[in-house]
Amino acid sequence: MRQALVAAAAFALAISPAIAQDKPAAAAKPAASKKAAKPSAAPVEEKDAATLEFEKFRAKMIEEGNPAELFEAQGEEMWKTKRGPNNVSLAESCDLGLGVGVVKGAYVQMPRYFADAGKVMDAERRIVWCMVEKQGFKEADLHAKPFASGTYTPEQTSLVTYVAANSKDMKFAVPMKDPHVKDVYEVGKEVVKHRAGPYDFSCNTCHGADGKRIRMQQLPNISTQKGAAMAVLGWPGYRMTGNVMLTHQWRMGDCFRQQRFPEPKYASDTVTALLTYMTANANGVTYTGPGIKR
Amino acid sequence: MKTTARNSLVAMAMIAAAPAAFSDSDHRAKALVMMKQDFVTKGQATADRIFEDGLQAICNRTGNQPPADITKRLEADQMAGVKYPADGKLMGDWKEGEKIAQSGRGFTWTDEPGLPVGGNCYNCHQIAPKETSFGTVGPSLFHFGKLRGNTADMQKYVYSKIYNAKSYNVCSEMPRFGHVGALRPEQIRHLVALLLDPESPVNK
Ligand code: HEC
Ligand code: HEC
Repeated sequence: MRQALVAAAAFALAISPAIAQDKPAAAAKPAASKKAAKPSAAPVEEKDAATLEFEKFRAKMIEEGNPAELFEAQGEEMWKTKRGPNNVSLAESCDLGLGVGVVKGAYVQMPRYFADAGKVMDAERRIVWCMVEKQGFKEADLHAKPFASGTYTPEQTSLVTYVAANSKDMKFAVPMKDPHVKDVYEVGKEVVKHRAGPYDFSCNTCHGADGKRIRMQQLPNISTQKGAAMAVLGWPGYRMTGNVMLTHQWRMGDCFRQQRFPEPKYASDTVTALLTYMTANANGVTYTGPGIKR
Repeated sequence: MKTTARNSLVAMAMIAAAPAAFSDSDHRAKALVMMKQDFVTKGQATADRIFEDGLQAICNRTGNQPPADITKRLEADQMAGVKYPADGKLMGDWKEGEKIAQSGRGFTWTDEPGLPVGGNCYNCHQIAPKETSFGTVGPSLFHFGKLRGNTADMQKYVYSKIYNAKSYNVCSEMPRFGHVGALRPEQIRHLVALLLDPESPVNK
């Protein structure tokens, strides 16, 4: 495990300048002149050198021990330990939809509707809700610095990683028959289309068609099952750029940033609606567990 | 975000005049209320950025396909707002244009506020052949001038397209760089040169 982390750090250092400039050293040839200046779906199967290098590296790391496992282990410990002002464990108090304390298979069936909260919630939001309602942690504290940076990893990130790992090899099955979930799904679909801000961007500007890229980064078409699968697999993920464990909630914030939107509040309805839309579109696809992201 | 009051008014008047065609679905109405509560200002990305201007509202409400008559009026209205350089010269220096096309900075909450911002062009377009890291959200612009020529009309087209992409394609996915004050006229003409100058690597 330690070895894998050290290797991860070395790799991230090697590739991060390229990533930071959105400019991996690439080997793709420009299209022939005849095709130029016409709207065309450029070939997307060809991968640039950095992508290939990364994929090799990811395979090796997963073999040696995915760094996400470190956070999974920490999350398991936290889940089972009596904590917080109320001195209770999540294992004995938190219902992720399949009964109090049941973790197996819970991640792939969220977002789902929770009657006790009166809301549809994704895994991270539900965990935060349990930490506040059951363990007595202060919501403001959990919201203050919700995503990892530097050497800091929020507790809820480790907990999400633990819960997610317990759905590995299971199929996404967001309960779309529940009218609450269906309703939030439809609202999410509207958020995805909403163009605003100085650049008139919506999620669909970048993720609304097959085979598009920003620079060399592939953009999943989140309206299709295949694209939605690309969008949800591997989250939560250990990110090489920065060496941090990040959740799907974090990714939504970073895309809103690129969209030139303001910041979505942590664990808000809007983020849940997006995660509901994408995860339900991936229903039927097998979850591969917490991943490694570039 | 800067939007000329005039543009908004024209679009808003159209929404008012055709309420049935542009009414919000239930889910969209819910989404708008929800987003209004769920965003906060961070850096220069102020919370009010989630509100649409008139053109965005019409595109959002019609699935990016407004009726033809409205499209025509809106495009004309966007075109009327295009400002040209005082000296009338639309071709600048392609080398400067390349720098602007490369830069992706600007307007996010992690960018420093203020000008100049980048053009983001390579994020979406193939342009000069040396740059192999290019996006495909927009069409390839490689050999643009070679294929289209560089007549005064072509210069005017490219200039106004970059200034306000919506003046030709009302719900284009391409930003309105001049219209929102992201690029100044002299920067836009450098980009025109990048695409049209026979000396530009784009046309070699
Ligand atoms: C201006 C472009 C842009 C916009 C707008 C945008 N994204 Fe993204 N998105 C990206 C880029 C670039 C990536 C990174 C792809 C990669 O890492 O290879 C990405 C990645 C993602 C991923 C992770 C994919 C993966 O492989 O793990 C998800 C999920 C996602 N976006 C969803 C959204 C949603 C939902 C919205 C709207 C709220 C949105 N994006 C808006 C550019 C954008
Ligand atoms: C977010 C994506 C995006 C960005 C950024 C972008 N464009 Fe575009 N551009 C498009 C799309 C999509 C089209 C095709 C649809 C249309 O014409 O509106 C287009 C079309 C064009 C055209 C017309 C092509 C033709 O065949 O007539 C030109 C010229 C152009 N872009 C130049 C630029 C330049 C220069 C920049 C940078 C300042 C830029 N674009 C930035 C997406 C983008």
